[in-house]
Amino acid sequence: MPHTLSLADIPIGVSVRIAKILTSGSNRRRLLDLGLLPGARIDIIRRSPSGNPTAYLIKGTIIALRNEDAAQILVDID
Amino acid sequence: MSAINNPELSVLREIEPLLPANTANIKDRIVSGIYQQAESISAQVVRSENSQYTGLEARLDNILTSRWLGFPIMLLLLTLILWITITGANYPSQLLATGLFWLEEQLTALFLAVNAPVWLSGLLIQGMYRSLAWVVSVMLPPMAIFFPLFTLLEDLGYLPRVAFNMDKLFRRAGAHGKQCLTMCMGFGCNAAGVTSCRIIDSPRERLIAILTNTFSICNGRFPTLIALATIFMGALVSQAYSSILATLAVVAIIMTGIATTLLVSSLLSRTLLRGMSSFFVLELPPFRRPQLGQILIRSLLDRTLFVLWRAVVIAAPAGALTWILANSFIGETSVFALIAGWLNPLGQLMGMDGIILIAFLLGLPANEIVLPILIMGYISAGSMLELDSLNALRILLLDHGWTWITALCVMLFSLLHFPCGTTLYTIFKETRSARWTLLSALLPLLLGIVVTLIINQGSQIIMR
Amino acid sequence: MAINTTPLSESSKNNPDKQNNFVIALAGNPNVGKSTVFNRLTGLKQHTGNWPGKTVIKAEGTFSHRNRHYTLVDLPGTYSLHASSSDEEVARDFICFSRPDITLVVCDATCLERNLNLVLQILEITDRVLVCVNLLDEAERKGIQVDIAMLARQLGIPAVGTAARSGRGLESLKNVLDDMLAGKIASRPRQLVYDPELEASINEIEKRLAPYLPAWINSRWVALRVLERDFSILEHISNHKNNDYPRQVLKEEVALCLR
Repeated sequence: MPHTLSLADIPIGVSVRIAKILTSGSNRRRLLDLGLLPGARIDIIRRSPSGNPTAYLIKGTIIALRNEDAAQILVDID
Repeated sequence: MSAINNPELSVLREIEPLLPANTANIKDRIVSGIYQQAESISAQVVRSENSQYTGLEARLDNILTSRWLGFPIMLLLLTLILWITITGANYPSQLLATGLFWLEEQLTALFLAVNAPVWLSGLLIQGMYRSLAWVVSVMLPPMAIFFPLFTLLEDLGYLPRVAFNMDKLFRRAGAHGKQCLTMCMGFGCNAAGVTSCRIIDSPRERLIAILTNTFSICNGRFPTLIALATIFMGALVSQAYSSILATLAVVAIIMTGIATTLLVSSLLSRTLLRGMSSFFVLELPPFRRPQLGQILIRSLLDRTLFVLWRAVVIAAPAGALTWILANSFIGETSVFALIAGWLNPLGQLMGMDGIILIAFLLGLPANEIVLPILIMGYISAGSMLELDSLNALRILLLDHGWTWITALCVMLFSLLHFPCGTTLYTIFKETRSARWTLLSALLPLLLGIVVTLIINQGSQIIMR
Repeated sequence: MAINTTPLSESSKNNPDKQNNFVIALAGNPNVGKSTVFNRLTGLKQHTGNWPGKTVIKAEGTFSHRNRHYTLVDLPGTYSLHASSSDEEVARDFICFSRPDITLVVCDATCLERNLNLVLQILEITDRVLVCVNLLDEAERKGIQVDIAMLARQLGIPAVGTAARSGRGLESLKNVLDDMLAGKIASRPRQLVYDPELEASINEIEKRLAPYLPAWINSRWVALRVLERDFSILEHISNHKNNDYPRQVLKEEVALCLR
């Protein structure tokens, strides 16, 4: 089943699993090093008052990503 | 890949064909391999009872980054810090000034007692020492208050939340969210603000932050702004509202500074510093109880040393130069007055005058001495002065043809002119480039000239 | 903060008990209290703001314990050693080429899993590693318990729990450092094992590289980097093969970071 949902589509308060990361190059590396791996659980915590970036909970840490970059991370809701 | 004469590298030629084509896939598998094992170890070692991020921390963040409260809280905190700094520094500044100027009298007496030549006493005491005393009494108390407060917020973990809130705005200006923080640091001292730009990883965005830091009005420029605002803006209305209006005027200038930062960042990112937005990943650390004691001592020590160093190395020579210019004569006029005369036409166009301009020029090393040099120029005294009361200052300025337009132009020029000597030196150290350092001086200067020109000419047209 | 520019190999020549001067590298993720540990051990006051990535100035400090003299080098905080940023490169190069006597990795007890990413990577380079699980007070506050002894067993290297802010565990930390140097603690670090296909490639590359690599370097680690097409390690080795990898190398790189 193709993954169509990205992190940017998920509303606040939902917990999802990462399916695939489309980001490439050294940016991809940075995401992986922070624990954003396929199969990892990630929670959408809150959005900035201006709407962008969004804060996520991953492996016990809160990381903020811009929505454009979050759109490159495909997820599964289980 | 470089020289293949090395045996280690020549083996690469042998190995390279063996390497899998899909390197991205390999990297992924390596990282997942590591994380899998990290996960399995962690599962055996860590027992977690609560959910990781709930309760007080989450609620606090909800407030600090909320749609309605997020921005107001930021503004409030900034205003609070600035207000505490300004009010809190008042008394200590006066004390220091009194003490240091008492010392000056003793030194003068000493020089007299040993029959030192007048010019030597003038140069060393009225030039160098006075300038040094000025900078210390004006700068030290605010720095000693602002930086610990700022550091407190930093230790709490609040600052990343600010970057989180402001990123979108700065992104639109082609800059990085963290620039908001370097900007705030600049309110304390622009040199410190420039150094703090290291928290921005990408060179392009770091440079933008460095070049625009001078649009944050530092502690050294506040006294001048406040004095002028109180005298001229406050005088426009009745006594009851004068201090409020003066405060508003200062806040307005600060806001102009912030707007300028965003505009110039936007401009730079479309012209000289074009490029992609860097990849943004920001960790929002948990809130931690700040270590008050350590912060206070550490900050205090740091800042005191910095101010003293700056006073001795930069302000004192500036004072010496000023004294020399004011006491060297070509014919009947001092060199100081001569230069002021040359600058006068330009000054008039900008809504100011030659003496104001030379005061700014001689104040390049340290913004704090601009006002004393100005007063010296108006009184035609041979050395920098302070006046006992704001009222005396007001009379002096009015006597020299100042209107509230003049004050406005001076305040704006104070915001929009070259960074102070220490900041320029710091910019050079950080960028290692004479070119960018020069630009950091010329850009605000040009902006200042243009803006004051427009305001002055504009106001004259309206007046008719 | 002044950076000592004398290569440590030289400064120890000036130091009469040169056998008594040990270099400890301080590594860890950003924002784990690494600087607090540094300050506590060395007494140096370095600003420790709660702002990830704040420690941009690398520093060295010294302390003494049980008749041993230590030089502590505070490496930049990094999430990994994959050298995609200059911070990571500096950290990696120091651990690999400047060969500190012990690499002390500071971890955050409240998010251990991510921190272990770095620990495991460091273990692929050197086995002289000590794990310091810091922020135990924060973990307790959040109801997180870390079994330090189990961690040590799982990793095969010593582990110490600390709450550096209050000084808790630091004495024990220093004792373990001393014990490690005295040879009283055996390190049998856990070997990182990848998927079978990857392992096969690693072995293949390692076999071919091994003859060209100095004896002290972990050839498996180099093979992994080559597999990723990161050839910088090989370049580094060939550029410096005539030196004893003096810490001068680090100073230049650190100076570049300061720019």
